[in-house]
Amino acid sequence: MHDFADIWSYLTETPLIWLTATLIAYLIGDRIAEAADRAPLANPVLIAVVLLAGLLWLTDTSYTQYFEGAQFVHFLLGPATVALAIPLWQQRHAVRQTLLPIMAALVAGSATAVLSALAIGHAMGLTPELMATLAPKSTTAPVALGISERLGGSPTLAAVLVILTGIIGAIVVTPLMNALRIRDWRARGFAVGVAAHGIGTARAFQVNKQAGAFAGIGMALNAMLTALLAPWALAVFDPTG
Amino acid sequence: MIHALTLILACQLAGELVTRLFGLPVPGPVFGMALLFALMLGSGRLAARVTPTGEGILRHLSLLFVPAGVGVVGHLAALGAHGIGLALALVLSTVLALAIGAAVFVGVSKLIGKDASDA
Repeated sequence: MHDFADIWSYLTETPLIWLTATLIAYLIGDRIAEAADRAPLANPVLIAVVLLAGLLWLTDTSYTQYFEGAQFVHFLLGPATVALAIPLWQQRHAVRQTLLPIMAALVAGSATAVLSALAIGHAMGLTPELMATLAPKSTTAPVALGISERLGGSPTLAAVLVILTGIIGAIVVTPLMNALRIRDWRARGFAVGVAAHGIGTARAFQVNKQAGAFAGIGMALNAMLTALLAPWALAVFDPTG
Repeated sequence: MIHALTLILACQLAGELVTRLFGLPVPGPVFGMALLFALMLGSGRLAARVTPTGEGILRHLSLLFVPAGVGVVGHLAALGAHGIGLALALVLSTVLALAIGAAVFVGVSKLIGKDASDA
């Protein structure tokens, strides 16, 4: 019979344990979200992150050690971004029919997200690194990571801000649109896809299928636009530039 | 499934190569998305083949954010020091972007709708 400490030290050196823990934490988060009738605050990503952060703290595990295992899940963000071409292709006729509203709302929503976040950040005295991290926060995580890295921000913090943005968007979209009396599912979905990427899109699919499809379009298009817009917007607020 | 996965990874790889080669500000996977979209427009057979696998990856999109999200443990100090500024920026900009995006969508559709009915 081996000592548990020996087994533990063996396990922590393989990717297996943290990869499994990531999947289990997500399944628990998803189950809780389901039990809570998909209430916006019961976000599976948020729950999984809290569970795993607690577990790392309890077991005195570093993030680097955790990431050895979790990187296999993380890697799929790249292929998932490429796969966003699929909802875009499936909705190509809807996109063609509503091309003008889509393009206008894309530019307005994307520019508002980037510029207003940077304006508030600037007013609140955020550091240049935090500004570069904040700029791409409305776009989907793999894209935001890439953008903030190229702008001199922190990729891991960018991921956190992206996720928080997604959760905020998913929580406020339904009450906000009802308050504004916007009933067009295409408009509601598209706006949440642009402002709150995949988490907003997941929320839109729960509410209405058409809203979900348009959210997917918004997310995919904004991934491209933010990549072009963020460096330019950051230069506007850069005191040295 | 292997074909579809290979195609998706090849698009991503091509995206990484092209964006780095030409120093484009766009991340590699985003270019890969545009490339895959163009390929799907070009070939319906290819589109049908790549769809099930791609949808499989997208179905669990939320899961893929978890490892990066756990990275918050390394940033608690930065979040604490600039917490209010970051929180204000995130909440207000998201609400504004949602409201303005949806309003512009509705406004432009109405404008076009009216033009069409006038014509």
